[in-house]
Amino acid sequence: MSTRDKLSVIGKSRRRVDGASKVSGQTKFADDIVLPRMLHCKLLRSHLPHANIKNVDTSRAERHPGVKLVLTGNDFPNEYGILPVSQDERPLCKEKVRFVGDPVAAVIALDEFTAEEALQLIDVEYEELATIADPLEGLNTPEARLHEYSEEGNIHKRLSYEFGDVDDAIAKSEHVFEDIFFYEGCTHLPMEQHAAVGHIEADGRITLWSSTQCPHYVHRAISKALEIPTARIRVIATPNGGGFGGKTDPFNHEIVVIKAAMLLGRPVKIALTREEVFYCHRGRHPVLMKYRTGVDKDGKLTGMHLQTMLDGGAYGSYGVASTFYTCVLQPVTYHLPRYAFDACRVFTNKPPCGPKRGHGTVQPRFGQEVQMDKIAEKLKIDPADFRLGVIEQAGAMTANYLKIGSMGLAECINKVVERSDWKNKYGKLPKGKGIGIACSSYLTGAGNSIYWNAMPHSGVQLKLDRSGKVTVFCGATEIGQGSDDVLVGMVAEVLGLDPLMIRCVTGDTDLTPVDLGSYSSRVTLMMGNAAIQAAERARDLIAEAVSKKLGVPLERLVFADMRVFDTEDPELGLDFHKAVVCGEEMHGTLGTTGSYAPPEPPGKYKGSGVGPSPAYSYSAAVVELDIDELTGWVHVERVYIAHDLGKALNPVLSRGQVQGGVYMGLGEALMEEQTFQRLPPRLSNALVHKTPSMLEYKSLTAHDMPEVIIDLIEDPDENGPFGAKEAGQGPLTPIIPAVANAVYDAVGVRIDEVPITAEKILKALDKKARGGEGRVGPDKFPEIEWPEPYEVPPPWEGGDGDAVNKPKRKRAAKMHEMDKFKKAVSS
Amino acid sequence: MSNITALKRNEKSNIHLSCEVNGEAVQVSVAPYKTLLEVLREDMSLTGTKHGCELGECGACAVLLDGEPVLSCLSLAVDAEGRSIETIEGLSDNAELHPLQAAFADLGGSQCGYCTPGVLVTAKSLLDHNPDPSREEIKEALSGNLCRCTGYQQIFEAVEEAIIRIGESGKGSVEVAR
Repeated sequence: MSTRDKLSVIGKSRRRVDGASKVSGQTKFADDIVLPRMLHCKLLRSHLPHANIKNVDTSRAERHPGVKLVLTGNDFPNEYGILPVSQDERPLCKEKVRFVGDPVAAVIALDEFTAEEALQLIDVEYEELATIADPLEGLNTPEARLHEYSEEGNIHKRLSYEFGDVDDAIAKSEHVFEDIFFYEGCTHLPMEQHAAVGHIEADGRITLWSSTQCPHYVHRAISKALEIPTARIRVIATPNGGGFGGKTDPFNHEIVVIKAAMLLGRPVKIALTREEVFYCHRGRHPVLMKYRTGVDKDGKLTGMHLQTMLDGGAYGSYGVASTFYTCVLQPVTYHLPRYAFDACRVFTNKPPCGPKRGHGTVQPRFGQEVQMDKIAEKLKIDPADFRLGVIEQAGAMTANYLKIGSMGLAECINKVVERSDWKNKYGKLPKGKGIGIACSSYLTGAGNSIYWNAMPHSGVQLKLDRSGKVTVFCGATEIGQGSDDVLVGMVAEVLGLDPLMIRCVTGDTDLTPVDLGSYSSRVTLMMGNAAIQAAERARDLIAEAVSKKLGVPLERLVFADMRVFDTEDPELGLDFHKAVVCGEEMHGTLGTTGSYAPPEPPGKYKGSGVGPSPAYSYSAAVVELDIDELTGWVHVERVYIAHDLGKALNPVLSRGQVQGGVYMGLGEALMEEQTFQRLPPRLSNALVHKTPSMLEYKSLTAHDMPEVIIDLIEDPDENGPFGAKEAGQGPLTPIIPAVANAVYDAVGVRIDEVPITAEKILKALDKKARGGEGRVGPDKFPEIEWPEPYEVPPPWEGGDGDAVNKPKRKRAAKMHEMDKFKKAVSS
Repeated sequence: MSNITALKRNEKSNIHLSCEVNGEAVQVSVAPYKTLLEVLREDMSLTGTKHGCELGECGACAVLLDGEPVLSCLSLAVDAEGRSIETIEGLSDNAELHPLQAAFADLGGSQCGYCTPGVLVTAKSLLDHNPDPSREEIKEALSGNLCRCTGYQQIFEAVEEAIIRIGESGKGSVEVAR
C-alpha cells in the first residue's frame, strides 16, 4: 500500500489548521486562561544590579488587605537551569541578586492591583557589590564573583579547539585577513508577554499553563526546583504569541506560581509586564569576535582561526551552547581545510543572554560574511563568484566533523544574483546607493538533547476510530511557526485525508508524548518524521484489514482523497471511515506511535555534541539600499532572498518564516539593541536597561519594511520529512552582513559593528573624509588566557573524529553539583 | 488600615458601565480605574483583544470605539459609557469569517496570532472608511500595530486580497474557499 505518488497536501499552499482560530481571537494564550477563585501574582524585582541579600521583611506586605501569600527565596529548596552544567537559577533570589530585575519576593493577592501595592511594603536589606557592566570588566574583575561555579573569577566558560594546524595553514597562505567585529545584544520582543497559571487539584496533582516553547524542559525544572515527582506535574504549553527563543528557558515565575498554588490550594496567575519581559531576556549575546583567515592565490580559503567573547549576562541559561554556536557552523557554508576556535563567555550584571533566532550563529556569521566581502574586494573577485568558488559540497564532512546532507547554497546564490540583476549593479550603482550579498547555513534541529539520554527527541501518537476522525498527539509547541500545521499535514498526506479531518493535541505533558520543544529549528524535521512513522503504522494496520475485506493485494492499495482503494481499479475501495471500521474489526482499538532520534553525530571529541544536525539549511541574500550621506540614514529598498529549505511543506507558511526572518534581521542590522547604562551615582550607580519598553527598543514598523523577493529552493534532504529542512531561523542570518556589505558598496565605509546606525555611518564618513580608513568597529580583541586546545585532525588529515590529545579541564560545574549534593546529604 | 489605604479602597468601589459591544447592549459593574482593555478581557471575558505593553506602544489592544481604532490599554473604560465598541469577537458574521479574517488565515497574515486581533480591527476600520486603499495607505493605517512574526508583507497582501474578495461578493462578507 502507499500514499499516492502525487502529493496532495504537502507542498500545497493552504490555510493553516489553526488559522481560523487565530483570526477569530479564539486561540487561548496563557493570559487568556481564567479559572474560578484564581489569584494573581506579582514579583518584587531587585533595583540593584549586584548585591547580597541581608534580610527580607515581608510582614507589612502580609498584613496588606487582599494579600494571601508572600514568598521569598527561603521558600524554594533548589536551584535549576536549562543546561545540566548551569544549574544556577533560583525561583526567587536567596543570597544575592545579580541584575536589575532579578526577582526577590512574590506577592499573591486577590487581584494584580493589590499584589502590586503590597510589593512596595516588602523591605529588603541589601549589601551592594561591585558591578560588572561588560565582559572586559568581567575578565579584569574576578571579585565579586557572580557565580561560584564559574570556571575562574567571572569567566563562565572558555573553549579551545584546533582542527588541523591552522597557524601553519595561515602562515603559508598568499593572503591573510584579520578582522575584528562587534555584534550588540538584542532581544526577542515577542508580542505576547510571558504569562503562566499554576493550579493544584484536590488530589494534589499540579498543572501549569505557560507561554513556553519547551514544556518538557519546564516539566523537569519544576520537578527539580520544588522536589515534586514529575509524574505529579502537568505542563501545558499554550500557543505562544511569538517565541523566537525567548520562551525556551524554564522561568522563575513559572515555578513561583506552582509553589503558590500548592500552598494556597487555588489557581495563581502571573502575567509579566513588558518591562519584565526585557528582564527575562535570554536574547542575543553581545559578541566581540576576531577572524584570522588565510586565502591562497586562487581565492580558496586555507584556514580560519576564530576567537569570540560573549557577554553572558547574569546566569548560565543556554550560554555554554551559545558559546559553542558562535564557532561551530563556519565550516558548514564554506570549505575550510583547517579551522580553530577559542571562545569565552563572561558573566555580567545584566539580564541573562541565551538563544535568539539563529542561536549564537548570527553574530559570527555577520563577521564572517563581512570578511568574505573584504577578501573578495582585495582579490578583485566578484563577491558572489568568490563565495561560489569556496562553498562546501553536499554530503561533505567538515573539518569539525559535521555531516552535511543536501546543500542548495549554489542555487541560492545564483538565484539572488539573477533576481537582483547583481552583475549590473554591484559596484556600479550611483554613489549613495549600494548592493550587498551574504550567505548562511543553519541547523535543522540539534543532534543532541539538552540533557544526555538515549530516548527519542520527538514522539507522536495517533488515535483513530470508527468515526473516521484521526487525533494526533505530540509534545511539540505552536509558537506561530506552524508546528500544528506541519503535524497535521504529515498525517493527512500519509493517510490521504483532508487536514480538517484531523485534530491535533500538542504541548501537554499529560496527554502528549515527549517532544523536546520548539527550539533549534527541530520541530518540522523531528516531529515530522515521528508523525510520518505513526501515520504509516496506522496505514499498515488499516491496509491489512481492507486488503482482506476487498480481496485486493496489499501493494495495490492506495490512501488518497479520503478513501482507500485499488490503484488498478479505483472504483473498488472504501471511504476512509469505513476502512478504519475494518481496521478496528481486525485489530481492535486502533492506535499507533512514531518516534524520531537524530543520527549518531560523527564527531567523538569532547564538545562535538554542539553543531551536529540531521540536515543543514542554506540561504543567500542580496540587500539593496540607499544612504543619505547628510544624515547617515539608511533606507533599505529591497531584499532578495533564496532559502534552501529542502521542501516547502506549506509554501504560504514557509514564505512567512523567510519573510519574518528577513524582517527580524533588518531590525538587528539597523536598530535593535539591548544596551545598558549606569545611573549617576546620586541616583544609585546601578546598571540599568536603557530601553525596556517597546517604544524605546526600536523595531521595524509597517512603514520601514521594504519589499522582499523570496525564492524557496528545494534541495530535499534524505533526513527530512518529505525532504524538508528548516526555514524559521536561517533566513534571518545573511541579512545583517548583506546590509553591512551594501553600506560599503553605497558609500565606501565599513561598519564592523551591529547595529549599523546613522550615527556610525556619519562617523565613518567623517573619518574617511579626514583621510582615515572609513571604518567604525572594535580595534582589538582582549588577551585571554585560553586553555590548551583539543587537537582534532580533520577527516582528510587522518582524523577519526576524536582528539589526539587530552587537555586538562577544570570540572567546575560538576564540582558545584557535587558540593550541593554533599550539602543536601549532610543537612 | 491607614487613611491613605482606606481612601484607595474606597476608590476601588465599582461603578456601573453601559455600552454597546459588538452590537449588543452590555451593562457591567467595574472598578473605576480599569482600562477598557482590562474591562473587555476581565469583566466581559472578551479575551480576543490582547495586550503587548499596556503603554500604547504596540497596537495589540486596538478595538474600534464608535468605528475608530483606539488603544484600549490607554482608554479608561468609563470613557466608553454610552458608546459602541467593536472587538475581534464581533468581526465575523455569525459563523462566517469576515473577508479580512479569511484572507489573513489563507495568506499568512497571521502567524502567532497575537497581534492579529488588533491588526484586523484596525484594517476593518480602514476599509470601512476607504474601501480601496493603496499599499501606502494600508501601511500608514497599520503602522501603529507591531508584528514580530510576519515582516508585514503577508499582512498587506491579505488586506489587498480581502478588498478583492469584498469587491467580488458585493457585500461586506463573503464565503471563502478554505
